Amino acid sequence: MLTIEIRKLALSHFAVAFGAFGLAALMGFYQVLARSDLIPALQSPGVYFASVSTHGVLMAYVLTTFFIMGFGYVTAVSSLKTPLWNPRWAWIGFWTSAVGTGLAALPLLLGRASVLYTFYPPVQAHALFYIGAALLVVGSWFWAVIMIVMHGQWKKAHPGEPVPLPMFATTANAILWLWTSAGVASEVVFQLIPWSMGLKDTVDPGLARTLFAWTLHPIVYFWLIPAYIALYSFVPKAAGGKLFSDELGRVAFVMLLVLSLPIGFHHLYMDPQQGAGFKLSHGTLTFLVAVPTLLTAFTITASVELAGRINGGTGLFGWIGALPWRNSMVLAGILAAAMLVLGGFGGLVNASYAMNAMVHNTAWVAGHFHLIFGGTTVILYMATTYYLWPRLTGKPLCSSTLPLIQLWSWFWGFVILTTAWHILGLLGQPRRISTVTYHSPLTFAWDPYILTMVVGGTVLMVSAGLFVYILAKSYRQPETGPIQADEIEYAEPLEPVTRVHPLLNGFSVWNIALAVLMLANFGYPIAQFFLIKTFGSVAWGY
Amino acid sequence: MHIHPLEKRWIYLVLAVVGIFLAAIFYTALARNIHPPSHIEPIDSASLHLSAEFAEDKLGVWTQPDGTIRVTLVAARYGFYPREIRLPAGTPVTFRIASADVLHGVHIPMTNMGTMVVPGYVSEITTTFPKPGEYPMLCNEYCGLGHDHMWSKVTVVAKESWPEASAAQPIGR
Ligand code: HEM
Ligand SMILES: [Cu+2]
Ligand SMILES: [Cu+2]
Repeated sequence: MLTIEIRKLALSHFAVAFGAFGLAALMGFYQVLARSDLIPALQSPGVYFASVSTHGVLMAYVLTTFFIMGFGYVTAVSSLKTPLWNPRWAWIGFWTSAVGTGLAALPLLLGRASVLYTFYPPVQAHALFYIGAALLVVGSWFWAVIMIVMHGQWKKAHPGEPVPLPMFATTANAILWLWTSAGVASEVVFQLIPWSMGLKDTVDPGLARTLFAWTLHPIVYFWLIPAYIALYSFVPKAAGGKLFSDELGRVAFVMLLVLSLPIGFHHLYMDPQQGAGFKLSHGTLTFLVAVPTLLTAFTITASVELAGRINGGTGLFGWIGALPWRNSMVLAGILAAAMLVLGGFGGLVNASYAMNAMVHNTAWVAGHFHLIFGGTTVILYMATTYYLWPRLTGKPLCSSTLPLIQLWSWFWGFVILTTAWHILGLLGQPRRISTVTYHSPLTFAWDPYILTMVVGGTVLMVSAGLFVYILAKSYRQPETGPIQADEIEYAEPLEPVTRVHPLLNGFSVWNIALAVLMLANFGYPIAQFFLIKTFGSVAWGY
Repeated sequence: MHIHPLEKRWIYLVLAVVGIFLAAIFYTALARNIHPPSHIEPIDSASLHLSAEFAEDKLGVWTQPDGTIRVTLVAARYGFYPREIRLPAGTPVTFRIASADVLHGVHIPMTNMGTMVVPGYVSEITTTFPKPGEYPMLCNEYCGLGHDHMWSKVTVVAKESWPEASAAQPIGR
């Protein structure tokens, strides 16, 4: 059972995460509406770009980071069955990130940081925005260190025993995050903060984009790994079965760690400041990072199929119907998988060295990441929260049907929204526009899809509201006595693992491999900015 | 390590599929020479008006001695200058673009023309327009509150009606 301290810690993190989420969802709805031009009074680029900047930052940085930290603490103490190492640090990390979020929110909401969540220079935001973002990241480093230390201490106390899979994955994510955030942290600390405070006159946008690309790909795996932990550790159990293979799960998490970092240049395929050779190298590794996801697809499908057969399902597909679809974890797992398949196809297009040119910076890209990030990833955050909420608050959920309605509507909302968005991209609509002003016949073809997006956005806003409502309502119920199961239970492997290869139980060798890959793929591309004569840019407003 | 035989087959299948994708990419890249626009050429974006290539009177469409076409453009809030250009279909066209201010991106829907335009670096991309028609050239990277309005017009005319011109004069603008 979780101690009061841990519950409070996790609930504090979740409160920030889902508060930010609710606000950002409202903004998302406003954005689709503003772009449709249905209500001309909403037209205002100033408000629109302040909104997208805030929506992007809240969804991509605040919701994710706080959810991941809160979930990580719960996973560590419940899977290792040890007390939290250094709760003081955990709280310092929480407050550092929370203060950072607040500092960044001020200029964002006042329209003084309308630089979008990628904040590419030389468009410049208020210095508070960069300082707040840096603090958010620094706070999360406390979390990462705590995870790594707990992993190490447990191993020392249990020589030769395999670290439980959920903790192995959480540690992989903590290490991944330290590597990942180094890129954007150097950009912010060495380039953007001094420049926005007037200590430096110019920045090199080419170097800034290169450092940001260092972070931009692996950060999506930082967001995704907790969702994968739910797939490996919660879904098979909720379906009534076991995990098909614990060891291949470890292989998948190791591959995610090692392969997701040296590939960021697929975001720079269309950029002039990097050479074709490095782009091709990053592009090749990008295809390899599909392997752990395909391994996961097999392991989870096999686990769930076994559960379906235990439940009496027969035949090639009969097991699917025999699954407990009314269990929110199982339902979310199935819906997440469906969105992952759709989004995966799109990802292959984006990743392709040459084909990327057809979709780069079009509406397709926004469609793609809403499907796989807003859809696949967040739906598993939601189901995980439904599972944890009673164990954190000590009160059952206020309804067992409402969560199912919420998850289904989240899925359909995204199917509608992102299908239209992908098509708009193929029809050439750029991303990041607040409305359509081009006087070109091409834009007539866009109209039906722009309207479809409003439908999807409406469904999603209702679904997001329902999610926040369910959590708040359950939390505010009067005490109802202890709920039946308050242990957090992780799926057991089909073949019990008593020992695993040291390479699948720790990360030292993988860190070295990663260092070599990063040096090979980012060493010269970063060094070149100091070796050739380049020209910095002065600051520009927006 | 324990791997179920079925899972082993799946792993081989996955590796084969990834191998096929990579083979296709390497084939088009190495044998057909299809690459995204990579071109490391620094330029001082603050003094384009003084540069030999991107000064205002040097912008536009030029015929090269070998018959190919070169288009020199400046991307600046909020347009690609010159705002209207004419180009022939079926002829290789090389765009050279520099930003005078912030980050921009450009693409012409339904064609292969697209590149980021990063201040401090010249973007270069060569493509051939298969079909005549009126094409918008759109900015696809957020560059400020007027980003929605950043676009220019490209008219692609049939090769036969494309005028012969002397290399000393910009044509088609
Ligand atoms: C309530 C449902 C949502 C709606 C209606 C919505 C809508 C939008 C819209 C219209 C944009 C502008 C995109 C562009 O112009 O290219 C946007 C941007 C963005 N959205 Fe959402 N969104 C929703 C949920 C989410 C979720 C759940 C996430 C991730 C957890 C997310 C992450 C982002 C990010 C990171 C951006 C910034 C993109 C950029 O700067 O180009 N959104 N959203
Ligand atoms: Cu990426
Ligand atoms: Cu622009």
